[in-house]
Amino acid sequence: MTDIAGKNALASLGGTGMYILADLGKMSLFLLQALRGLFRRPFRFRECVKQVHFIGAGSVLVIFFTALSTGMVLGLQGYYSLNKFGAEGMLGSAVSLTLIMELGPVLTALMVAGRAGSAMCAEIGIMRISDQIDALECMAVDPFRFFISPKFVAAIISVPLLTALFDVIGIAGGYISGVLLMGVNPGSFIEGMQQSVTNHDINLGIIKSFVFAVLVVWICTGRGYLVREIRGAGFGAESVSRVTTQAVVMASISVLIFDYLLTAIIL
Amino acid sequence: MSEPAVEFIGVSKSFVGRDGRRQVILDRVDFSIPPGQTTVIAGGSGQGKSVTLKLILRLLDADAGQILVGGVDITGIRGGRLEEVRTKFGVLFQGAALFDSMTVFDNVALPLRERTDKTEEQIRQQVLATLQTLDLSGHEEKFPAQLSGGMQKRVGLARALQLDPEIMLFDEPTTGLDPVMTREIYELFARTQRKLGYTAIIVSHDIPAVFSLADQVIILHDGKMDAFASPDELQWSTKPHIKDFVRTTMGELYQSQLVE
Ligand SMILES: Nc1ncnc2c1ncn2[C@@H]1O[C@H](COP(=O)(O)OP(=O)(O)OP(=O)(O)O)[C@@H](O)[C@H]1O
Ligand SMILES: [Mg+2]
Repeated sequence: MTDIAGKNALASLGGTGMYILADLGKMSLFLLQALRGLFRRPFRFRECVKQVHFIGAGSVLVIFFTALSTGMVLGLQGYYSLNKFGAEGMLGSAVSLTLIMELGPVLTALMVAGRAGSAMCAEIGIMRISDQIDALECMAVDPFRFFISPKFVAAIISVPLLTALFDVIGIAGGYISGVLLMGVNPGSFIEGMQQSVTNHDINLGIIKSFVFAVLVVWICTGRGYLVREIRGAGFGAESVSRVTTQAVVMASISVLIFDYLLTAIIL
Repeated sequence: MSEPAVEFIGVSKSFVGRDGRRQVILDRVDFSIPPGQTTVIAGGSGQGKSVTLKLILRLLDADAGQILVGGVDITGIRGGRLEEVRTKFGVLFQGAALFDSMTVFDNVALPLRERTDKTEEQIRQQVLATLQTLDLSGHEEKFPAQLSGGMQKRVGLARALQLDPEIMLFDEPTTGLDPVMTREIYELFARTQRKLGYTAIIVSHDIPAVFSLADQVIILHDGKMDAFASPDELQWSTKPHIKDFVRTTMGELYQSQLVE
């Protein structure tokens, strides 16, 4: 009896393993097709612009407020910690380094995943379940070139720019709370920042933002595209809603994992 | 005789449900569709007509057998070669499958914009002309969600007709249309087919109406296909399930004549 139960458990474990492998394979194939779609002609420039508008311009307000509050909190927190050692002159350096290397890229990617990633996943999922992607394929129009690869282009352009915006607003927030509210010397704030931030730090931030952009757009569009093949997703509207939630969670977790990996490798 | 437009050789297709049960849709089916003619695929609901069309388009993979389109076996081809085969088709899906974030005009113009070198002005004229034949003038700027079911079908039809395809696949082109519109659609089929010479494969429940159009009839029943060279031949078949089918559908024909 237990023997059979054990075998069943093993079999289902093996089944799950196979499923995960197959799923990874499909996601990799999806990424390859999306990259190939970038090079197929005619290139849909207008679609890219539209997506930059949606992913990039549409996220500016969210990024603005997230960055401002993060920066202001960092300024306050940093002030209290550094003040204990009489080192509040380090505030500019602490705030800017934290933002440029860590919080800027990570929080921007998380915000984009929540706002634009979920929307992209749901859009593609609905197109899949209502046969619109099939219809494109039957017209011999490559769905990747047509509307998936432009989303990749847009994300790769927008996310680094949004990250830069995040950094600038965040540092301004730190300045507001540290200098204007708590009375840190403005000269030492700015000078500490200038002296401690190196090109290497900035490069790390930029590399992260590119990697996160690809991760978010890949996972969110890929899950939507594969909505019919995802185990346990169910059918119809429900499958799209489940897969969308799942995609945002997966994208966010991947961003956090890769953040650690990149920091460990590059720092 | 010239090469068939589409040919099935020993094609099987089944689906495995979540409970692990296997549902056989096609069981080693053979048939061939002659070029330039109209073939009607009929059969009860859920017998696999739409699945058959999806197999022809390779939106589904067959479990076994060969599917030839213009002599090319499409089972197993991918990428560019599959795309090339698909350029032969014009398709109307059962659910129309319109792009729901585009206007009617953009939906119909899409294949022209993506696949031809026509100028925007030429495209505009061609699209407006097609929309007019399908009685859709004045609805160009609406979105699919703002149309009735029958109108969506007609937009799907307009889109399928744009590229002068070699093979047209219509999945229930007239469901949801009123009798007048239905007749007009079938006249349109006859007219465009005379003009363009395409091979038409029509899935339909609307048996009496579609028989006037059919050169060949294929009845799908319990995973098997019976092909008849003409509607007449179908009527005189002695197979029991075909006789049943004929009796019910011809009954409808009789009734519809009485109503008129
Ligand atoms: N993707 C799928 N997965 C599992 N079963 C499917 C799938 N697609 C179709 N089927 C099953 O195959 C059978 C045939 O479906 P199909 O859509 O071809 O029917 P049909 O002949 O077109 O019917 P109708 O006239 O109602 O449109 C149905 O029983 C359906 O449940
Ligand atoms: Mg059907």
